[in-house]
Amino acid sequence: MSEREGAQRERGATTAVRPEGRGLDSREERGMTDLVLYTLYLADDALVLAQRLGEWAARAPELEEDVALANIGLDLLGQARPLLAYAGEVEGAGRGEDDLAYLREERDFRNCLLVEQPNGDFAATVVRQLYFSTYQLGLYRALAGSADPTLAAVAAKAAKEVDYHRDHAAGWTVRLGDGTAESHGRMQRAVEALWPYTGELFEADDVLRRLVAAGIAVDPAELRVDWDREVGAVLAEATLDRPEPGWQHTGGRRGVHTEQLGYLLAELQYLHRLHPGARW
Amino acid sequence: MSAEPAAVVEAVRQLVGRVPDPELPMLTIADLGVLRAVSVDPDGHVEVTITPTYSGCPAMDAIRADVEAVLADRGYSDVTVRTALAPAWTTDWITEAGRRALAEHGIAPPGAAAARPAHRGPVPIRLGRPEPVRCPRCGSPDTREVSRFGSTACQALRACNACAEPFAHVKAL
Repeated sequence: MSEREGAQRERGATTAVRPEGRGLDSREERGMTDLVLYTLYLADDALVLAQRLGEWAARAPELEEDVALANIGLDLLGQARPLLAYAGEVEGAGRGEDDLAYLREERDFRNCLLVEQPNGDFAATVVRQLYFSTYQLGLYRALAGSADPTLAAVAAKAAKEVDYHRDHAAGWTVRLGDGTAESHGRMQRAVEALWPYTGELFEADDVLRRLVAAGIAVDPAELRVDWDREVGAVLAEATLDRPEPGWQHTGGRRGVHTEQLGYLLAELQYLHRLHPGARW
Repeated sequence: MSAEPAAVVEAVRQLVGRVPDPELPMLTIADLGVLRAVSVDPDGHVEVTITPTYSGCPAMDAIRADVEAVLADRGYSDVTVRTALAPAWTTDWITEAGRRALAEHGIAPPGAAAARPAHRGPVPIRLGRPEPVRCPRCGSPDTREVSRFGSTACQALRACNACAEPFAHVKAL
């Protein structure tokens, strides 16, 4: 343990921010097998993006977009729920979907950094949707053939929904990119600002490598070629310049997030932590 | 139980199949293809399997409660309602009677879901016009999509260019 980690643990212990038995170092005690972690990668991507899209409710540029973004968020939440329940079941520590959604800390979330980025203006939301839904569609189509029947079932169902999400994002990208000088400029800025968060989607770690070998996970590198071609085609149609390859952010799959996630979780988890076990 | 098991299962299937969908109440869950299976044990335990239309369909809890209630009314108290995700629901499972009921209530029924292939591999992004959807009021194919997403997860908003009727359309899935 490095000095810094030691100091962090010490602080956690004295201020009781991190309760006994929870946190990074207890991962193995809690049965965090490869399958649990991979399921959380998938679940947390969907859960965090669902929460982000929910923030648009009553605030989108037009009523139809309020409805569209809320519907897309609802689809993602519907995907996250069986995945979280499955992660809890495989973990075998008695945690259900609510425990995993509401009672994990920031460092225990495994979502990619792209989905936690703020909504920004409508252009930034559209570009985030284009990047993510194109990735998620390729992922789910391939994962439908997974050796794990639960992951395969969730993916096969969700792929059909994400197909609509990608159409929605692609349509708006073209409309705004090839629109007015103002909309084009906003789209181009969003395309560039979010580009450094796309590399992480295609990174493989040891968890993934072992599960790919077992026929359970999808090799993210395999998704890259299609993603590049599909996103490239939409950007070209939208008269937007595709950014040059460059430095990329990473860390989400290890629980190292941008500062944005903490604020999102504060809102997501507040009610449940204030009223433990609250139900509708 | 005195009835033949097959007859009991059929009676339970009829009973449960008549439960209306909470969001599209002109359809039963049998019309919608949400009811997947019914089984009855020799000791009277009933298992009903339902499947969500969309992953996030908020009607599932209501459907489960309605199925339990309708069975309890007929004296079936030992009931399990199971949710299955595979095979994934498709609008192709909506029955002909269901499609007619939708159209009669001003909702355009879905086209064939096969038009949206679910195979692995790259699929071109569709930027053009989707297949024509007929106006449920005047029957004109000259309609436009107002929004791909509507009042429920399974519907889109459209309007008729011929008679100006705004209407919902159940999207092919």
